[in-house]
Amino acid sequence: MFDISLWDIVRNLLLAARWTVLLSLVAFICGGIAGLAVLFARVSAFPWLRRAMGWYIELFQGTPLLMQLFLCFFGLSLVGIELSPWEAAALSLTLFASAFLGEIWRGCVEAVPKGQWEASSALAMGYFQQMRYVVLPQAMRLAVAPTVGFSVQLIKGTAVTSIIGFIELTKAGTMITNATFRPFTVYGLVAVFYFCLCYPLSLLARRLERKLHAAR
Amino acid sequence: MAYQFDFGSLWEYRGVIADGVGLTIRLTAVGTVAGVGLGIAGAFARTSRSPALKAAVGAYVEFIRNTPFLIQLFFIFFGLPVLGVKLSEWQAASLAMVVNLAAYSTEIIRAGIQAVPKGQIEAAEALAMSRLQIFRHVILGPAMRKVWPALSSQIVIVMLGSSVCSQIAAEELTYAANFIQSRNFRAFEVYFVSTGLYLILAVGLRALLKLVGWSLFRRRRHV
Repeated sequence: MFDISLWDIVRNLLLAARWTVLLSLVAFICGGIAGLAVLFARVSAFPWLRRAMGWYIELFQGTPLLMQLFLCFFGLSLVGIELSPWEAAALSLTLFASAFLGEIWRGCVEAVPKGQWEASSALAMGYFQQMRYVVLPQAMRLAVAPTVGFSVQLIKGTAVTSIIGFIELTKAGTMITNATFRPFTVYGLVAVFYFCLCYPLSLLARRLERKLHAAR
Repeated sequence: MAYQFDFGSLWEYRGVIADGVGLTIRLTAVGTVAGVGLGIAGAFARTSRSPALKAAVGAYVEFIRNTPFLIQLFFIFFGLPVLGVKLSEWQAASLAMVVNLAAYSTEIIRAGIQAVPKGQIEAAEALAMSRLQIFRHVILGPAMRKVWPALSSQIVIVMLGSSVCSQIAAEELTYAANFIQSRNFRAFEVYFVSTGLYLILAVGLRALLKLVGWSLFRRRRHV
């Protein structure tokens, strides 16, 4: 039997926190790219595409992340795609993020006055030109604060991936607890770790929001 | 060999699934009523003049909002017994739901309170109403009406979040799904069906909350 000091616990949690950060980054970047596609479909000229994307968003916002994770992990193996916990976690968090970011950004795009669309179409700009040069630059200003806010939700969401066996902060906490029988200390520390990751982002989101309101 | 779907094999577990749905609903009900109640109290505390009370409530709100629900649950269920507080799975799950939603609703309701025009509060002060009277009769109604949509979507998020309570063996819908999956190895079918049930619960809850909001906060005509 060997002793596990407080420092050992902290060090191991720190090592595991790298995976939480990496998973959050991957999901945020890939989810952002996919979210852009969701956004374009959601504000497109085709009603059927808009409706289909509405269902896509409803599906991800109306079901637990844990279930999405299970379906990715167990469902895809049925069609012959074996995913590791890491791949399943990255995939389902990407889809999750794409639905939420797409919906957040849609709100921002719709907040751009209609006259801007009309003016740019009067200038004979195509859909993508309108988006690229007129609407998105204005919508982006609105979108920064809620997007940063969502990143906090995403980081917290990664905790659920511990359940399918991906070893990140929460899973490491559980494993260390099982080895040390000190759940109070370990889970307390894990909570502090998450807080240190999320709180700066929350503060940033709030400051950006205040700045936006001041600029108006 | 292609996989043969077999949803029929779930039928014999319908009782387990129904129990799971029942517990998810009960958890959500307890979490909503107590959580929003505490959220109103928290928002009231944040309007107080005592800086210590304000700071304490603020710290609680920030800490809960910036940590995952799963960790809060583990801390309550595995951590608190060290302090001598032993809770059953159901108690720990309900407590975690309440603690979580209370923090979010404190923040949401506070935003609503800030939107109440200052003049109304000053008018109420001029009528010699006490702080509690002003909060109850002047501030709370309009503030709640304003933030009810935001509060509703937070309640739905918390309901969906309750799925992780399966990890402390609270026997809600996800626990039921895991249980069936471990018996008949029909993972996809079970999770597909329970995902569908969550979707129905979410849509239903949203409709219910809309109804509640409508009946509580529709503008009453003054005669």
